[in-house]
Amino acid sequence: MMGCVVTWTNAEIAALVEPDRAHRKAYVDSDLFDLEMERIFERAWVYVGHESQVRNPGDYYLARIGRQPMMMTRDHNGEIHVLYNRCPHRGAQLCSARQGNAGRRIRCSYHAWMFNLDGSLDNIPAIGGYDGTALTIDGEDFQVQKAERAADYRGFWFASLAEEGIGLEEHLGEARTGFDQLIDRAPGGETEVVGECFHMVQQSNWKIFLENQLDASHPGATHESTGVAAMTVERDMRKAGDEPPMAYGFLSDFARLGIEGWGKFGTVGHPHGHCTLEGYMGLRPDDPDTNEYVKCMYDAYGEERAEEILGVNLHHSLIYPCMSIQPPLQQLRTIRPISTDRTMSEIWHFRLKDAPEAIYQRALGYYYLVNSPSTMVNADDLFNWWKVQHGLESQGGDWVSFHRNAGFDVIDGALRKSPDGSMSEMPMRHMMHVWRDYMTGEGA
Amino acid sequence: MGEAAERLAASDPFQIAEVGIETQLAVERFLHRQAEILDEKQWDAWLALFTGDGHYWMPAREDQTDGEGVPNIFWENLDMMEMRIRRNNHPQAHSQAPNNRLCHVVSNVIIEDEAANGDIIVRSRFHCAEYLRYEVRNFTGKYRHVLNKTDGGYKIQLQRVDLVNREGPYEYVLQWWL
Repeated sequence: MMGCVVTWTNAEIAALVEPDRAHRKAYVDSDLFDLEMERIFERAWVYVGHESQVRNPGDYYLARIGRQPMMMTRDHNGEIHVLYNRCPHRGAQLCSARQGNAGRRIRCSYHAWMFNLDGSLDNIPAIGGYDGTALTIDGEDFQVQKAERAADYRGFWFASLAEEGIGLEEHLGEARTGFDQLIDRAPGGETEVVGECFHMVQQSNWKIFLENQLDASHPGATHESTGVAAMTVERDMRKAGDEPPMAYGFLSDFARLGIEGWGKFGTVGHPHGHCTLEGYMGLRPDDPDTNEYVKCMYDAYGEERAEEILGVNLHHSLIYPCMSIQPPLQQLRTIRPISTDRTMSEIWHFRLKDAPEAIYQRALGYYYLVNSPSTMVNADDLFNWWKVQHGLESQGGDWVSFHRNAGFDVIDGALRKSPDGSMSEMPMRHMMHVWRDYMTGEGA
Repeated sequence: MGEAAERLAASDPFQIAEVGIETQLAVERFLHRQAEILDEKQWDAWLALFTGDGHYWMPAREDQTDGEGVPNIFWENLDMMEMRIRRNNHPQAHSQAPNNRLCHVVSNVIIEDEAANGDIIVRSRFHCAEYLRYEVRNFTGKYRHVLNKTDGGYKIQLQRVDLVNREGPYEYVLQWWL
């Protein structure tokens, strides 16, 4: 545990979350941010990266878990490890590039201590100087420290910096369907990252990002300008006899559905804070490219299994507290909180093995329009989040309202669902209640 | 791979073509005018700079040789550019209100290749300051243009823009071309 001056009692933290609203302090108080890092991000399962980011022996990729600088490595037996990026000698950061290949050994730049890719100390120059000292080459204090727990779900690697806790699969629960879909929708049964991710800094609290993802009442309002522009260009192209790319339709939906048209997509709250959104965006359009893809799926899996995979009604999985997966769009975003008002996001695109190129192109079109640094969609989200942060730092009101359909959640076993046809703010309420449980040590 | 991307990929990026002073001046004038059009937001003139199949391209990685089929920072044809102009000028484009101000300087203009038909490959460097909501941000990088010589002067078939900080992290979004 990090030494942290406890300035908030559990009772005070619990009082920040009410059934239908949350107190602004949860978003702007730096002591609470430190507690969030200690009690949520440095305890829960946090996403590190996909195995294809470290494809070859010697590869490493840096990641942050809470406040801790970590790295994912692949050793020369092909095994993946999650290590603290810190030399056990004098504390220097070991790998400083965002990613790379360390070769046979990781060499500390300071005194050339050499480490295997699993973190074990291999050699120290002029090692005779340690004869008769407390340093031994296999002493625990002289190895690169590993994440307390690391595990993967079908190639998606997570780590937890708590020695004890529930396993990764239990933590993910049914929300793991998001990963299954990102893999199973590949006729070749495998998925891999494409190139490098986009690193975007959100000038806002990490919770605001999560709250936006399944916020049904925002797209028609926030993205009106882009929706209208896309609809106009689509119309002009059709007039000229051209068929607009399908990705344009994802944008013109913002205008076509308006503000109130987004209630038809149900949301589900899962244990441990995860949330899912049912399908939209014409998951299964009837066009030649999709039909060719469906045929590939039939050939790969047989009709029954292929239909089972393609029939899963899922657009978006939010894995609390750190990520969002959108399998039909082949994209994954993970967040690394930096401070109360700064959040780093990694935005990854995936290729489905053996899927027709046209299917990749379609997903790529959406990825470009929504998530590239030139995005006309996320630009308006990022600005709203910054404005929310700005407003919550003010004394102009203490509470954030999550009242939409509050009190009307549909309870289905361990699941909490939005009422049919609503644009319920259930996902935000659900996540804040889980936040309170993590923060007060109730377990979540 | 598009024809212009192929030409760019095949061209020696350090070659210096022996061109006449008039060609050098005409190409420089074209690049300076493009910068002015961006700075002054003359969007009809902007669209008229490109060929019908023209693309504005800002790759996400240095080793990319094509914008097609891979993630990019920008990869826009005329339809996409028109969408961007419409969106940024829409009254509800709240993140873009008030609109930014840009100021470009384009320099180090080296014509890399002049084809027999007058088509040009030219590389240059740019610096651009952007003012938005009380803050100035600076962007800098390298341009490589594939220009077609037409009766109406040069037209951009492909413009490749390599930002020095291509990999980010991005503390901002880019809503207008640089």
